[in-house]
Amino acid sequence: MGTAVEVRDLKAWFGKAEALHGINIAIETNHATAVIGPSGCGKSTFIRCLNRMHETNPDAHAEGEVKIGGSDIYAMPAVDVRRKVGMVFQKPNPFPSMTIYDNVAAGLKLNGMGKRHVLDEVVERSLQQAALWEEVKDVLKKKSGASLSGGQQQRLCIARALAVNPEVLLMDEPASALDPISTAKIEDLIFELKQKLTIVIVTHNMQQASRVAEFTGFFLLGNLVEFDKTEKIFTNPSDKRTEDYITGRFG
Amino acid sequence: MTRIRFHQELEDLKHRILEMAGMAEQAIDLAVQAYTQRDLALCRRVLANESAINRAEREVDEFAVDLLAMQQPMAVDLRFILAVIKINADLERVGDQAVNIAQRVMNMISHPVFDLPVDIPAMAGRVRAMVRDALKSFIEGDTELARHVLEADDEIDRLNHEAFSALSTTMQTKPDCAVQALDALSIARNLERVADHATNIAEDVIFWVRGADVRHGAGQTTAGI
Repeated sequence: MGTAVEVRDLKAWFGKAEALHGINIAIETNHATAVIGPSGCGKSTFIRCLNRMHETNPDAHAEGEVKIGGSDIYAMPAVDVRRKVGMVFQKPNPFPSMTIYDNVAAGLKLNGMGKRHVLDEVVERSLQQAALWEEVKDVLKKKSGASLSGGQQQRLCIARALAVNPEVLLMDEPASALDPISTAKIEDLIFELKQKLTIVIVTHNMQQASRVAEFTGFFLLGNLVEFDKTEKIFTNPSDKRTEDYITGRFG
Repeated sequence: MTRIRFHQELEDLKHRILEMAGMAEQAIDLAVQAYTQRDLALCRRVLANESAINRAEREVDEFAVDLLAMQQPMAVDLRFILAVIKINADLERVGDQAVNIAQRVMNMISHPVFDLPVDIPAMAGRVRAMVRDALKSFIEGDTELARHVLEADDEIDRLNHEAFSALSTTMQTKPDCAVQALDALSIARNLERVADHATNIAEDVIFWVRGADVRHGAGQTTAGI
């Protein structure tokens, strides 16, 4: 095991309001790490700092060190960071006017990769990795991304993120808008994907965290209260605040 | 405070297991009383009460499984429900041991009284204290008291060995009272098993409160638990 993401003394602000108060964490390569905590605790802000999405908010900025694969992401162009670190959001957001094929190929085309046979290969590989290929292979260029079901749209977004071959995939509540079957497919997918890359998933669903992640971090009021193996967090956490949260005694 | 209903249900589960604990404790008390008084009616009461304990065991299990399935408990709540399920099984076994004792006493009553070299009431007193302390540690979440229960088990094992040795000798040297000696030996063994169940309960309390697994000598040093 190695460290895919190393975060040191990470602070983030919205205007003058400090949302993260110095986060330190080392995220293991080829594992899924869950980030849990009550609304407003800073968990989404935290993962948005890992691909420099946080700074796209007006007046938002971050300080500290975030290394992906040993490279400081604040010392490289943001576009390069987002190639290394893909992201999937709570609500599936395929490009509605594009075909399924073009949705997956969009990132590659933006990166200047236009050769047809390369695109064909990557689109197929990405859709297979996202466990969507069999369902859409016959309508790749006939149907738009928006015509798919919610669960399929989310897997399409995952395929789009995978197409640029990221080292890390950030998932911000990727199944919260999905039915149980689609949720199970996403969770199975996380299990497969972490063989190839590192996953950081924000979730409000603690059962989901316990099912998919080897490690879990509990955030509260902009602090990382506890970070440990998932089974430790959910059976015998070290910090009373973690226990109170996961047992529903507050939050 | 959130999940108010769930936490009320956990309290309800605790009340139910304590009701069952009361029945199991009473069964042992009655069985020991039956031995000291050679009282056939008390023996029959122990036998009659067994079905109520068995029924309570099923009800507690069902309730605990429902909570696991419906509430997906975490951390201390998960450990509590797991501990209750295991304590429930131990209490049912305590009830079984009481029945075994009562049956042996019924057999003894059918034979002449004989002065046996074993102090069953004294041993029973210690075992009942262990059961009482184990349950008190559960009620109060008191791991220090639970630790004392674990330590007390060695003394019961010693008393059982002594009883075995003394009664074996009696059976060899005085064959005319072999049946009574064998019954007393079985009762001592039943009491020793009740102490084992009290020990299990104490271990489950430590698991519930501290998340520490101290079974089978794991973490030989229980100090600091």
